Amino acid sequence: MIFNFKLLEYSLSSLWRRKEKNIALIIVYALVIATLGSVLLLTHALKIEAVTTLTAAPEIVVQRTQGGRHELIPVTYAETIEGFPGVGKVIPRVWGYYYDSLVKANLTLIGIEGYQEQLELLEGHFPQSPDECVIGSGVAAAFGPQIGDLLVLEDSSKRRSEFRVTGVFHAASNLLTNDLVVLQEAALREFFAMPDGLATDLTVQVYNSREISTIAKKIAYFLPDSRPITREELLHTYDSLFNWRSGMMLAVFASALMAFLILAWDRATGISAEEKREIGILKALGWETSHVLGAKLREALLISLTAFIAGLLLAWLHVFVLGAPLLVPLLKGWSVLFPTFDLPRVVDLYQLTVLACVTILPYLACTLIPAWKAASSDPDDVMRG
Amino acid sequence: MKRSVVCLTFLLAAAALLSSLLLSAHLHDQRYPEKWQDKRDLVAAVGITDLSLSSEARYTRHVTQADLFSAFQDFPAAFEHFPTGSMIPPRPFGYSGRVSFESNQQVRP
Repeated sequence: MIFNFKLLEYSLSSLWRRKEKNIALIIVYALVIATLGSVLLLTHALKIEAVTTLTAAPEIVVQRTQGGRHELIPVTYAETIEGFPGVGKVIPRVWGYYYDSLVKANLTLIGIEGYQEQLELLEGHFPQSPDECVIGSGVAAAFGPQIGDLLVLEDSSKRRSEFRVTGVFHAASNLLTNDLVVLQEAALREFFAMPDGLATDLTVQVYNSREISTIAKKIAYFLPDSRPITREELLHTYDSLFNWRSGMMLAVFASALMAFLILAWDRATGISAEEKREIGILKALGWETSHVLGAKLREALLISLTAFIAGLLLAWLHVFVLGAPLLVPLLKGWSVLFPTFDLPRVVDLYQLTVLACVTILPYLACTLIPAWKAASSDPDDVMRG
Repeated sequence: MKRSVVCLTFLLAAAALLSSLLLSAHLHDQRYPEKWQDKRDLVAAVGITDLSLSSEARYTRHVTQADLFSAFQDFPAAFEHFPTGSMIPPRPFGYSGRVSFESNQQVRP
């Protein structure tokens, strides 16, 4: 079939006659698509970042609960868990939070033991002695230190503890390390005044990934006051948190979709007298209903496709170039240390198809139904209004 | 005829720009697999379980480690327990700084 340029020319002329209204419509339509697209791009990129990097997280984290609350776990639990077949190393971890009321920043302090290897994403090296530390680039940006400076923290008994900064995590790892302060485990234990036989939680290495859930069940059975969290649960949490059909972005998504539906509803219920007269004239000139519908479909497609492409380009610019400044406050809340995004530029084609379906198809329907009603009426009645 | 050619050219150019952005992102990711491996090495070394995204509360900083089962426990997507919680503002802060850095050359207060 040869593409008929004259029909397209007619549709463009028809749109151009109401150019103010149609340009305004395309702008609003594109902004709605940009909002919906930004939510989809941001949540998908965050989800990919989480589920791709956290595949290296511990297979099982074991917490202890007492009175329904998280409590410190006895290190002796590690020996019990190590006795289960298929379990490798069980490492007690010491970590916690530290709040600075002047900057109003929450830091996450993590203790590690005997890690010597050099990492690509770390400038400097991990602490080799109890008075050394490594910080995330968010901490460096908030407090302004460099490698070689002293980090001075005040513990719960108002005692000054000094740590020499031996490394800063690269900004590329901000989404993982932004608020981290990594110390040697013994130093952090002393800083938190944590008794020797206790730890914050245990990490459990499992040789065969298919046995993880079985071992988690065993841990919960033999240590009833424990709460094992498997890596699968961890990934599932982020999968559902950044799923566009649930989680924190649903509210934005639903609001934008609602705004679009109001726009479409307005189109569906209010075909103008001028448009009705135009349809009546076309019918009087000998056009059939299918011809009128074809012309209206072309007009609607031109508006929808222009708005869809413009909206997606805006969403791309907003999320991947500007760092999603309009959506970040939703994630940030009252956080002071918030990472600058270096998001993976990944796009889910399924989501884009869904976006096209939920925006373009209703708009086409809302344009065609009133046009069909007008076109199937008597031309004389339609022209008289 | 002229207007339709301009319109089609514009639409095709915009579609091509969008497709090239999507494709370039896909290719970029495939070209640098070591970027992900570096991050996984870091996660394994420090034992990271969560994204460092919202540090305002412990249950948003460590979403996967938050508990759901305690009475009156806060957790992600928790309802406000008491209406007064949305009326009473947080207490004023700023008594003292507990974190400071001292450079080799000068000591900061």
